[in-house]
Formats: sequence, structure tokens, C-alpha cells
Amino acid sequence: MHGRGGQGAVTSAELVAQAVIAEGRYAQAFPSFGPERRGAPVQAFIRISDKQIRIRADVTEPDIVIVLDPGLLTIVNVTAGLKKNGLVVVNAKSMDAIPQEIRDNFRVACIDANVVAKEVLGVPIVNTTMLGAFIKASGAITLEALAEPIKHRFGKLAEKNFNAMKRAYDETQLKELAHA
Amino acid sequence: MTKRVGMEVSVAIAEAVKLADADVVAVYPITPQTHIVEHLAELVVSGELDAEYITVESEHSAMSACLGSAAAGARTYTATASQGLELMQETLYVASGMRLPIVMTVANRAVSAPLSIWGDHSDVMTVRDTGWIQIFNENGQEVVDNTICAFRIAENRNVLLPVMVHMDGFHLSHVIEPILLSDEEQVRAFLPVNNYPLPLHPSKPVAMGDFAPPFIYTEAKWAHEQALRNSKKVILEVWDAFAKEFGRQYKPVETYCAEGAKTLLFTMGSFSETAMTSIDKMRADGLDIGLVKLRLWRPFPFEELRDVVKGVDTLIVLDRALSTGGPGGPVCSEIRSAFYNLNPRPQIVSFVGGLGGRDITIEGFESIVRSGMEIAKSGSDKEFQIFGVRE
Repeated sequence: MHGRGGQGAVTSAELVAQAVIAEGRYAQAFPSFGPERRGAPVQAFIRISDKQIRIRADVTEPDIVIVLDPGLLTIVNVTAGLKKNGLVVVNAKSMDAIPQEIRDNFRVACIDANVVAKEVLGVPIVNTTMLGAFIKASGAITLEALAEPIKHRFGKLAEKNFNAMKRAYDETQLKELAHA
Repeated sequence: MTKRVGMEVSVAIAEAVKLADADVVAVYPITPQTHIVEHLAELVVSGELDAEYITVESEHSAMSACLGSAAAGARTYTATASQGLELMQETLYVASGMRLPIVMTVANRAVSAPLSIWGDHSDVMTVRDTGWIQIFNENGQEVVDNTICAFRIAENRNVLLPVMVHMDGFHLSHVIEPILLSDEEQVRAFLPVNNYPLPLHPSKPVAMGDFAPPFIYTEAKWAHEQALRNSKKVILEVWDAFAKEFGRQYKPVETYCAEGAKTLLFTMGSFSETAMTSIDKMRADGLDIGLVKLRLWRPFPFEELRDVVKGVDTLIVLDRALSTGGPGGPVCSEIRSAFYNLNPRPQIVSFVGGLGGRDITIEGFESIVRSGMEIAKSGSDKEFQIFGVRE
């Protein structure tokens, strides 16, 4: 998961892990460690499995990449290590705003999360919104599974965050690979 | 009822300290701290943990406050890492020399300079000889369980020694993963109230850590040595009792696919998990390889380790610390010493890697094992290899 310091990438990784674990499955979530600064590119990692996860290292060959900030597409190689036929979930104005190279080589999910977050939450913090797109595109977990972790994390702001996620789920556009 | 939760390991440790009903938590709550003490502060403020939370001006003071608290008979906890552990150094000897049952989590991290906030075992190795019981852990559940066990071990009348519970910095401390948190009543029943035999009290004065001139100092050190060695018996009893009550068994030395293997890889801490996954892959490829994992670092489990290497030709030891200018890996150095009189004894190959937070991947462990086997065959006289270094 690629984001910028302050966008909540680490929080959303944590929420997904909590939701998966609450379902009785296994998950690991952790931030990339370093002198994080607000606005600087940051990464968070998630592993999901039906079995106990026995690895203690960064994710270098992801199945799915989530990009919280469209600006990162030009400064970070977000698809580095991404598996063949992998999925890229991007916060972007439209499919056309996503580099052709990414659209040609990977499955792509697109949502204008800035608009959704501003309209539903009132602030351009897109982490929970992007979870809706991630869930729609990956099916890795249900929306409902996130309800409790979001409630626990956001308290009285939980409902708005859940609604932002749900709206993103409904509005996310998917592009499958032509040759797949 | 036991709860299965997705929780950051540091936060789960704080929950374990709450379950253990600690009386005093003395901490220096800024860098290089972990979320353990942040969450403990929340638990004390919210009233969930009825403890004295003492914020002090340095780690040296944190341990000093723990000395007083434990001497007064309070169940005492603190946590630190890297530079903080270094600053505590002299008071660590006081804690063990005065036989004070303090429990401390150490998030194992590199030591500056150059400035590194990331994980390895450099900090641990500098406190090797401080006379504490030291337990390593592979994952969050083990740290939580051993935090609870540590209080029962430390406070046992036949032990009365401080315990360090080690967890790899970041690779464990900052990871959200599944944790089973036991029922409070069950933990309280497992952990009797601390009954320190000679607590400080104004009406019953005692002297502790007294002056020891040459005629008695050696005897005092020998008594400490005996106490630390003998603590293993209690540690085993506590782990057995824990297994009976909570269903998870811990041992001083644990193995994975080691039965009958002619080559063993040796690890300590969270990298053992990646190593296990790598062993699965190597065995599927037909390699005769197993894993031995050291849990109990102090007291050093000589007998158990010697048992494990019976019939083994090659032992490949990974250290996450460097004994600079010395024999390479400090753990391997001890292994070599422990096995020197064995006949026959395995060939021992020392690797140092995973320093300052650098990952060792599944493929990385395979590379260590394959080159370790080559080195054993060729009989290289190099003290150690440093894994993955750019020169």
C-alpha cells in the first residue's frame, strides 16, 4: 500500500488485518519503518492467509498494490515486484489518468477517492475510501467485516468512514486485462 | 474467555502486563520506546490497570525506580530498546545482583552509530553478562505468553532474578497480527500475588546490595551464578504449567524438521519464522536440513543444545549482531565453546546478517544454508561470513 505520511495508509492496513483476523483467518500488517514525515511517500504492507503466516520480511512481490495518492504514480515505481496479472487499486480521477503502462499490464481498479472522501467525510483523507475500492476489486474480505474495526478505530466518525468505503465500493471502476 | 484479536504486538504486551496485574511501571516514555508504554499509560489512566505509572528522566532512572519498587515487593515492569538498554546497563547488574524480580521487555534493536532505529540483536549482546534470565521469542503470541510466564519465573522464591523478554524490534514490535489474549481470572490464577521474601519496609529495615569486600565478593558472584543456572528448573516448571493451563508449550531449545537431519540451521528470534518457511522449501527440493531455535538465552541451555546436535554433521549459525574485531557472531562463539569438547562434534559455520533491520528472505536463508554447506565441505578457516554485504 503506497501513500503519503498522514493519509492513513498504516491505519487502513491495520483495519484490514483486524477484519481478517476477526474472521478467524490470519493476517499481518506493518508499516515500512523509517523517519516518516507528513506528505512523504510511505508504504504499509498486508499479508492475508488461511494458514499461520511464517515470514518476517517486507512484501516485495505483492498480488495487489493500493495507491492512495495519484501523485505517487509518477514518482514511485508502484508496480515494482507486482505479480503477473496483479491488481493495482488507484485513487485517480479516471482510468485515463492512470499511466497506460499500468493499464496494459495489470488489472486496474479506479476510484476518485478524493471526491468521495471530501463529500462524505468532509476531509481529503482517503484511506477508508480506498478500502472500498480494494474490497470491490479483490474480494479479499467483505465490507461488513470492516464495520467493527472501523467502529473501534474511529468512534463517532465510524459511520462516515464506513459510508465513504461503501460508496467507493459501489463506484469503483474495474478494468480486466484484455488477454487474461 | 480467551479472545483472538488482531493487535499490534507492542499493544498486546501492554495488555499482558495488565493481565499480570503489575503494581509499578517505571519508564522513560520517549525514543527509543515502543507503543508498550504508551498503551500502558492509557490502561493506567483509564483505570483498567491499577498501577503506579512512574515517568522518569532516563532509562537509567527507569531501572533505578524499578529497583526500589521491586525491593519493596511490588510487581514491577518496564520496557526499553537499543540506546535505552545501553543507558540502563549499570543498573541491570544491580537488579540481578540484588536478586530483584523485575520483568522487562526489550525490543531488540541496533545501537548507534551510525544512527539506526531498526532491529537486530546488537543491544541484547551488550547485556549478555548482566545476570538476567533472557528469553527470545518468534512471534507476538510468544512474547505475550512469556511476559506472563516471566513474572511467575522471576518472583519464584527459588529464583528471585530479573527477566528480559526479548522481541525483535519492528519485525515484531510494530506488526499487527493475531493474538490470543487470555481471560484475566485465568492469568491471575496462574500468577500468584508477588510475595517477595524480604521487602523494604520502614518498620523492618534491611540492607540490600551491600558493600562486598574481597573476602565475600567471589562468593556473592558464585551464589548469583548458581541461582541463574538453577533457575532453569523453575523456568521449565513454569513453561509446563503454562502449557497445562493455556495449551502452548515452550522449551529452552526448539526444533523444526530437525529429526535425523545432518545439517541444522540455528536461529534466534523472529527470523526463525522465515527460516522455517525456507526449510519447508529446501526440504521439498530434497535438501537434508532442519532448524534449531534458541529460546532461552540465559541461563544458556548447554544440555538441551548438545542433545539436539547429536549425529549432526554441520551446524550453520545465524547471528543478528557482530562482535566487532572478535569471532564474528556472539551466539556462534558461545555455541562453538559449548560444543568444543563434544566428540564427535559438528562442523560449525558462522553467519552474521540481518543487521540494522535488513530483512533475510526465504531465498536469503536458502543461500545461507547452501553456502554454509559448501563452506563446511571445503573447511574454510574464516571465523565468520557476513551475509549479503556490499563491499
